[in-house]
Amino acid sequence: MKLVIGIVRPEKANDVLETLFRAQVRGFSITRVQGHGGELERVETYRGTTVKMGLSDKVRFEIAVSDPFVEPTIKALCEGGRTGEVGDGKIFVLPLERVVRIRSGETDDLAVTPVSA
Amino acid sequence: MDILTVFAQGKVDTGDTAWMLAATAFVLLMTPALGLFYGGLVRSKNTLNTFMMCIGAIAVAAVTWALVGYSLAFDGTGDLIGGLGHAFLRGVAFAPREGSTIPHLLFMAFQATFCIITVALISGAVVERMRFSAYLVFAALWSILVYAVLAHWAFGGGWLIEGGTLDFAGGVPVEMGSGFSALAAALVVGGRKDYGRQALLPHNAVYALLGAGLLWFGWFGFNGGSGFSTGKPGVLAFTNTLLTPACTLIVWFVLDLLRGRRVTAIGAATAVIVGCVGITPAGGFVSPGWAMVLGVVVALPCYAVIVLRPRTRVDETLDVLAAHGVAGFTGILFIGFFAQKAWNGVSDGLVYGNAAQLGDQALAALVAPLYAFGMTFALLKVIGLLMPLRSTEREEALGMDVIHHGEEAYVTGEGAILVVPEAGDGEIEVPVADPV
Repeated sequence: MKLVIGIVRPEKANDVLETLFRAQVRGFSITRVQGHGGELERVETYRGTTVKMGLSDKVRFEIAVSDPFVEPTIKALCEGGRTGEVGDGKIFVLPLERVVRIRSGETDDLAVTPVSA
Repeated sequence: MDILTVFAQGKVDTGDTAWMLAATAFVLLMTPALGLFYGGLVRSKNTLNTFMMCIGAIAVAAVTWALVGYSLAFDGTGDLIGGLGHAFLRGVAFAPREGSTIPHLLFMAFQATFCIITVALISGAVVERMRFSAYLVFAALWSILVYAVLAHWAFGGGWLIEGGTLDFAGGVPVEMGSGFSALAAALVVGGRKDYGRQALLPHNAVYALLGAGLLWFGWFGFNGGSGFSTGKPGVLAFTNTLLTPACTLIVWFVLDLLRGRRVTAIGAATAVIVGCVGITPAGGFVSPGWAMVLGVVVALPCYAVIVLRPRTRVDETLDVLAAHGVAGFTGILFIGFFAQKAWNGVSDGLVYGNAAQLGDQALAALVAPLYAFGMTFALLKVIGLLMPLRSTEREEALGMDVIHHGEEAYVTGEGAILVVPEAGDGEIEVPVADPV
């Protein structure tokens, strides 16, 4: 059981959703975040004030999966999120100690398997 | 002739002039209102660019209008195009234009606001991907090659108005002109990269509603001012501008209920526009009762096109064709049936025994769309040979606001580093970490 965190471009979020669904990964949450990953900074000007925008909008996927699903999930994130330019984002895979489904009390592998799967 | 002489001769009516000064300002407000309406209907990363296309239309079309557009539209009675007698506003001063009671200069300014809003309307077909500079070039040329020509036909002494076609406030140049040009523009520029593949949704329905409300307000100047006086036609058109969109709204509610069991807000905003467009050509020619019927009738084809268009591959993004082209077409034809001499003092329609009027209206409804579509198609093809019309896919993904304007509509300021001019940097994008 792993927690896969994928941080992707907001404009690629829909593509990632599509590849995730194709890979039968159906349980996740997403958050809008801001971050910086070495991409070029944008220069913006508001009247006389010029600023460098050091943070870019990103979308963060959090996906808890059973072990057989770890690789397909990573593959889906890469496939949907990649443009080839700096700023495509990162994937972090973390060990997961325990998962509980609130509705039923199911735990661990049962809890990370979506009902419809 | 100085202004005192003109007023002393009694040619200029002060009441008419006062109303037309106000009406001109009303109509100018419609263009930023359209920016708000369109801005709400696009994604947040394209809000500023969409709004700026409307502001850009004010900048470009006001100037082209003063330079040559007004003259081509309103100088002389040539069949197809006016002359250059009023180019650079020569001879346009305080004396009234023949047949009117307001200063010529004011007449010109009022007509300028029509040209501006029409140019801005077309932007709805190409938002979220057209390059801003290419749009400005297009706006300048379109205002002369298409708008001024159609305005001459319908208003300025050209063959349509001389032939008997009735168009009170711009069903031909403004509504059909923008609507069918929008279709051509969408075809030449091409769809957004994700069109038909992903849901591209409006980001702020409140902007759309507020924009539609302000447009409706401005439309009272647009239609109410198109009588160029405080006389009966203007008053009739003003009142019809209240009644027709209200009826369109009700029908739109019903259609929404039948289709999805819910009355939608963006549908309501659209209905306001459709109703206002429908009554634009007919405003001063039909009775208030028939104006309300028009509000019902105009909703049906427009609703159908708005439902069906997204199922096609034509990314005419904000449905200018449906809301303006089809509604203007309907309004122009409606005059042919229900114009009533008892109300307008000019002509009857088919229902009141004058079938010829319907023929005149049908001719305009056929020719104006063809000219607008064909000319716009050719114009954009030519501009496309000289410069790219659209942004790259990468730019489209990032959004037009950052790419074309270097600003964002909803900037947070987190992580923004102030660039101090003395430091000498900030002219270009600076990498802070080498990605290798």
